[in-house]
Amino acid sequence: MPQSQTVAKGVIEGYLERMPEAVRDGDTVTFDAASIYYKHLNEAVRDEIAGGAKRIVLKNVNGQRYIGTGIRERGVKIEVHGCAGNDLAMFMGGAEVEVFGNAQDGVSNTMDDGKVVVHGDAGDVLGYGMRGGTVFIEGDVGYRVGIHMKAFEGKVPVMVCGGKARDFFGEYMAGGTLVLLGMNSQFDEQPVAGDFLGTGMHGGEIYVRGTVEEWQIGKECGVFTADEDDLARLRPILEDFCAAFDMDVEAVLAEPLTKLVPMSHRPYGKLYVY
Amino acid sequence: MPQTIIQPEFNVVIDYDKCHKCGRCAQQCGWGVYDFNERPIPDDTKCKACHRCVTYCPARAITIRKHELAYRDSDNWSPQLRRAVWKQAETGGVMLTGMGNDKSYVHLFDHLVLDACQVTNPSIDPLREPRELRTYLGRKPDSVEVESDGEGGFRLQEGAGVVNNIELATPIIFSPMSYGSVSLNVHKSLAMAATRAGILMNTGEGGLHADLFPYADHVIVQCASGRFGVDPEYLRRGAAIEIKIGQGAKPGIGGHLPGEKIDREVSTTRMIPQGTDALSPAPHHDIYSIEDLRQLIYSLKEASGYKPVGVKIAAVHNVAAIASGIVRAGADYVYLDGFRGGTGAAPTIIRDNLGIPIEVAIAVVDQRLRDEGIRNQASIVAAGSIRSSGDLAKAIALGADVVAIGTAALIALGCHVCQSCHTGSCSWGLTTQKPELTRRVDPEWGAERLTNLVNAWSHELQEILGALGLNAVESLRGSRERLRGVGLDAQTCEILGVKPAGR
Repeated sequence: MPQSQTVAKGVIEGYLERMPEAVRDGDTVTFDAASIYYKHLNEAVRDEIAGGAKRIVLKNVNGQRYIGTGIRERGVKIEVHGCAGNDLAMFMGGAEVEVFGNAQDGVSNTMDDGKVVVHGDAGDVLGYGMRGGTVFIEGDVGYRVGIHMKAFEGKVPVMVCGGKARDFFGEYMAGGTLVLLGMNSQFDEQPVAGDFLGTGMHGGEIYVRGTVEEWQIGKECGVFTADEDDLARLRPILEDFCAAFDMDVEAVLAEPLTKLVPMSHRPYGKLYVY
Repeated sequence: MPQTIIQPEFNVVIDYDKCHKCGRCAQQCGWGVYDFNERPIPDDTKCKACHRCVTYCPARAITIRKHELAYRDSDNWSPQLRRAVWKQAETGGVMLTGMGNDKSYVHLFDHLVLDACQVTNPSIDPLREPRELRTYLGRKPDSVEVESDGEGGFRLQEGAGVVNNIELATPIIFSPMSYGSVSLNVHKSLAMAATRAGILMNTGEGGLHADLFPYADHVIVQCASGRFGVDPEYLRRGAAIEIKIGQGAKPGIGGHLPGEKIDREVSTTRMIPQGTDALSPAPHHDIYSIEDLRQLIYSLKEASGYKPVGVKIAAVHNVAAIASGIVRAGADYVYLDGFRGGTGAAPTIIRDNLGIPIEVAIAVVDQRLRDEGIRNQASIVAAGSIRSSGDLAKAIALGADVVAIGTAALIALGCHVCQSCHTGSCSWGLTTQKPELTRRVDPEWGAERLTNLVNAWSHELQEILGALGLNAVESLRGSRERLRGVGLDAQTCEILGVKPAGR
């Protein structure tokens, strides 16, 4: 808490109040994040980006929060080595983040633009309220993924998860494309998605590789099998995904995809009397 | 069977001897009450008693009467309850309404009175002596560090004192009303008035229209569960950021802007497609705990360059403990919205039955934060039917730093509290997106009226301060000794922290 700043000078939440040391090489800047408080790490990253750095490499990341949060600069890439903390790339506006490790909760929360690639699993609440950009997760994801994803004009967010997901996948979805492959999972016995899949959906589209049981799906969804047009649109997205994780796109497309779309853009239009 | 067994609430009475047959009533009415065939023919069932036609009739030939249909008396089954049952029997729907709770729960502000100076303590002459209303919104330091100024005196050390606070010329701000629920001209009026009066307006959950960018230093930008209009620029643009958890008129439920209100401009500002419903989930799905709230507060700070972040909640039973958690989570202000707070649309049953009065919420939150020694860490903003500068002064004496006004601001712009905001056909052009109606509010006219209201209440607050012998509103804050309860039971007095009159 901020008040702990007054407990002892130079100590913040048990961390020494110090900026990480920047190692610069051309437009690449490398930081050792070990034992650095998130606030100082992110401040250092923002300063370097403002100073013209194009590639930021963060070593020994161990759960520091808000990496990439609010970064608007295009053409900037942040590489995270270790485990990215909560709210990675939240409110991000155009940068690219690649995580070599797992990511915790809130990846790409309310993200506006840009790209996030996670070579590992990710936690809960991914892409909440996300409006644009691309998120690729190699492995499993947790609960409440893709809730209230939306789209606006040219901005159509895309999220592809290579593993399995828990409950509430795509709940309240208002736009964009969510894809769940169920392939790179550590949970062999689990179904590909949990309950309440697409509940309250009123925009966008969800694709799940293989089939899902009817009881898992929200009553606002229409259930179809992806047809040739759908697959033609999905193919470049999946090719991009497979390239990131060294997977074979033909193997991904070897099984049919279940497609969920909303039955109405106004699911609750008839609930009220005036 | 008749189409409905519900009889109209009002009678539109036209004095045809006076009537010019000009048709202005038909042109002015947003509800479609009037047919015009040589003379206006009203349909009583559509009238909301908003008085737009009455105001604009050049002959003053129109009056609206209550439909004086006698019902068999019953203290239990009021005509309103009977009508609601009929309506739901006809439709099967959830009843919607607008504005704030209209039920006759006790108005605690009307049972509180302020002190005044007599003989033994001099009052301050309101005409000639200064009384400071300036208020700082935000976290205050735990302590201040001073140093010698080298001339035998002291001064604040550099960086000590109040930092990262928003200076308000008077302890009044405009409460959040989204563009979408109200028109763009209302938003412009509020933003211009906030700038002129040195206070703040609040976007609500509808994003910030580009026309308001010049006033952004006087705008609180809101981040609610639907995240409408929230992008990195938006967060950097405002003076402060507010996380909306709840609203006094509809605690615990989400928002729902119907697709027909989402035209091109609203869609651009909210960054959502035209014509689809804008559904705000009931909770933020990234906040299920105080720890999660803290995470969002700090992500907003990280993304905005450490602007003040406030949290708005509805006043509910356990409000003191919740507010304590919010302050400990790092909020710079806590916005409490009482159960009489207004809304653009809410289920009537929620509006009228959930939440607690703002007076109680201010008192218990202020006390709790003081008891825990963290009152300095956040400002308290109080809202939920502040109807006059009397309510304003009493709210501050109970412990609020600032009050927020929404309904009062709309009334200043012509609202007649007809409680039909949810219909999207406001004849006064306030809670509608129909261009033929929204153009009825000229932002310049609106800004002047709102500025007048804020200035008038500020002067009245200064009068009250003078009578109390106080030269700064800071001295009134939380000074419950200057309040007394009239007609309140002992337990209510104890909860409010005030003595009964006579003690």
